[in-house]
Amino acid sequence: MKDKSIFEIKSLDLFYGNFQALKSINMELAGGEITAFIGPSGCGKSTLLKTLNRMNDLVEGCRITGTVRLMGQDVYGGMDVNLLRRRVGMVFQKPNPFPMSVYDNIAFGPRTHGVKKKSALDSVVEKSLRDAAIWDEVKDRLKKPALALSGGQQQRLCIARALAVGPEVLLMDEPTSALDPISTGKIEELLLQLREEYSIVIVTHNMQQATRVSDRTAFFLLGEVVEYAKTETMFSMPKDKRTEDYITGRFG
Amino acid sequence: MKKQKQKLTEKAFAVLTWGAAALTLGTLAFLIAFILIRGIPHLKPSLFAWEYTSENVSLLPAFVTTAEITLLSLLIAVPLGVFSAIFLTEYAKRGNKAVALVRLTAETLSGIPSIVYGLFGWLFFVTSLKWGFSLLSGAVTLSIMILPLIMRSAEEALKAVPDTYREGAFGLGAGKLRMVFRVALPAAMPGILAGVILAVGRIVGETAALIYTAGTVAQIAPSPMASARTLSVHMYALSSEGLFMNESYATAVVLLLLVAGINALSGFIAKRLGGKGERQGGE
Amino acid sequence: MKNNSQFAMRDSQLKNRRGRFAEALMGAVFLCSALASVAAVALICLFLFVRGLPAMAEIGLFRFLLGREWSPTDIPPAFGILPMIAGSLYITAGAVVIGGPVGILTAVFLARSCPKRLYRFVKPGVDLLAGIPSVVYGFFGMMVLLPFAGSSMLSASLLLGVMILPTVIGLAESALRAVPEAYYEGALALGAGHYRSVFRVVLPAAKSGVLAAVVLGVGRAIGETMAVIMVAGNQARMPLGLLYGARTLTANIVLEMGYAAELHRGALIATGVVLFVFILIINLSFSALKGASRRDSKN
Repeated sequence: MKDKSIFEIKSLDLFYGNFQALKSINMELAGGEITAFIGPSGCGKSTLLKTLNRMNDLVEGCRITGTVRLMGQDVYGGMDVNLLRRRVGMVFQKPNPFPMSVYDNIAFGPRTHGVKKKSALDSVVEKSLRDAAIWDEVKDRLKKPALALSGGQQQRLCIARALAVGPEVLLMDEPTSALDPISTGKIEELLLQLREEYSIVIVTHNMQQATRVSDRTAFFLLGEVVEYAKTETMFSMPKDKRTEDYITGRFG
Repeated sequence: MKKQKQKLTEKAFAVLTWGAAALTLGTLAFLIAFILIRGIPHLKPSLFAWEYTSENVSLLPAFVTTAEITLLSLLIAVPLGVFSAIFLTEYAKRGNKAVALVRLTAETLSGIPSIVYGLFGWLFFVTSLKWGFSLLSGAVTLSIMILPLIMRSAEEALKAVPDTYREGAFGLGAGKLRMVFRVALPAAMPGILAGVILAVGRIVGETAALIYTAGTVAQIAPSPMASARTLSVHMYALSSEGLFMNESYATAVVLLLLVAGINALSGFIAKRLGGKGERQGGE
Repeated sequence: MKNNSQFAMRDSQLKNRRGRFAEALMGAVFLCSALASVAAVALICLFLFVRGLPAMAEIGLFRFLLGREWSPTDIPPAFGILPMIAGSLYITAGAVVIGGPVGILTAVFLARSCPKRLYRFVKPGVDLLAGIPSVVYGFFGMMVLLPFAGSSMLSASLLLGVMILPTVIGLAESALRAVPEAYYEGALALGAGHYRSVFRVVLPAAKSGVLAAVVLGVGRAIGETMAVIMVAGNQARMPLGLLYGARTLTANIVLEMGYAAELHRGALIATGVVLFVFILIINLSFSALKGASRRDSKN
């Protein structure tokens, strides 16, 4: 999977009503890597993230042209949206565990996709929680409400919940923006571990975070991809003046 | 001088507001005390005899009928109301014309007086459909009456469910139905339940809509197609005959305790589960 | 790979097709449920009007609405419901005169003056007032009011005044609470006292909402049946005065429905139509006022 492209995006335009939020995006996202989307607020980075698993379908008045392919399959052409979202998991800006027990949160996805056997569920729950590096903290309180966990734990729980359906890609929409520095550190560590098994796309406001965790970075401005390159390259010698201005903190 | 006058008007308005509140609560307290004091001594075991006779004027059959009609009405109105709310909050797109129409009619329904429901129930269920005076006629009539109440409480409860739950479910590949039944509805349950209990209160207290639909037979109905009176109707029959004043007081005590209990339960559920909903576990 | 190796998720085409069918089916079920209330209103209108209007036409619209005599069993019968219209209006007006001010002032108390600890008891009390069955109110009225005021419009108005309190209080309180705190604070900052600020600034700012509360109270009063029958005397004649009995539209229906036949029955259904039209007018003004109140609190 490594180095093969997972997502191919071709001349993608996206409108909210009359407002064009994304302008002719062309990019390929590599498998087995962490790709970071950076840019000022409202630049379209989260919007693009949500086109990858069609969460934008939920937004009224959202219109998309162009193609997005997941390993060669057209995401917007007859693919079952629920299966797509199973293959492309998502973690949101604010931790959003359901008001159920820890166990039921993790089991929700597998149950959705037809797993009913208790033993199978048990093992997925344990494996997912281990993979999300939170097993030791919650193994004695699997039946307790997930909402009683701390914010950082809730976010790792949400990551575990996303892993439990066996996705190929993980989309993360500013997953640490609502968390304290210590929880943020734990999640970044986790991301580097997860890279071994999953392709990850992360939207972040935090440029240090992008340099710390990502292999490639795309810089967005006003709905366009200004620059897309290896992270080291982009942060050491940006090609575009606007990228340079942004990463040196001259605006945004 | 002016200061003095200001102080005086402040005082006067203070007296007015506190006085009004005292009057409201005083009336309530008086009513409750009056009924309890006059009624409790007459709560005799014969009032709870299984069979109604014109001697014991037992309220037990009416009590059973109340439970039956309540159950039947809820059986119809709760699914309809909750499903309507699901349509309004989860399915209808903004600007959908059906939504405006449904809201308008629900609001109209909630304003219609119970006697008009009674009249309609009599015209439609009792005579046109030939169900006669029966539990079924009464229950269906009442289910229309409580429908807007259940719709509104369910809609509000569903609206209060954070969108992040919905996104979370969709993000895991859940379909809309699964999201609704496994995530949104469970989270909205306390609010829906509180509304349902209030609806029970309305059913228990209803008279005008039942006299000409369920009728006034004082025995337990042998079938859903037979007539029977609920506790409120029973109370009306007793007190308007004027022969059983002591028993009327006692029946009023039972009714009062029943609605007080229902109110307390609804408030408790709304507060207990609703307030702490964020921390409450699902299973 | 990954978790998939541990279990097989059954994501065959079949399951998806079945899933899509279930989604579509339930979507239709939800829509139909929502349309149930539309159907209910349509049926209610249809039955009342189809059965009521012909009777009105047969009696003659003016002789029905403005006729001062109601003697359905006389020969020839007279079907004038003006006495009942007047009875309903007078009794309702009396109820609003009593319940309106007390309700609004209690709402002011709850929203603005009530200590938190006291509120925990007062609010459930007001809710209980709303939950007490009308027969219990009626019975209470029979026992407490009749010895003093007799079966009269006064008794009916007093009793209904109490019965509409929770409606008025509930809605007026939420209207008052919707007024931005800044208004109150602004008035205080200008040196106005607590009550001056509340009555001169907060209450006027909430006036559409408070008025809507009173209008809904009117709706409750005009539609109330059982409690009124038990204390109003129910004489089908033009109201003579506060201490004389009168009959309301609602009472007219309940009292005679049991034995009415033919045109008499039609006339009772037509009475229901008149009541229904009153309620529709009240509902419309309520909606308009609530819309206005929503705009108020936005500005």
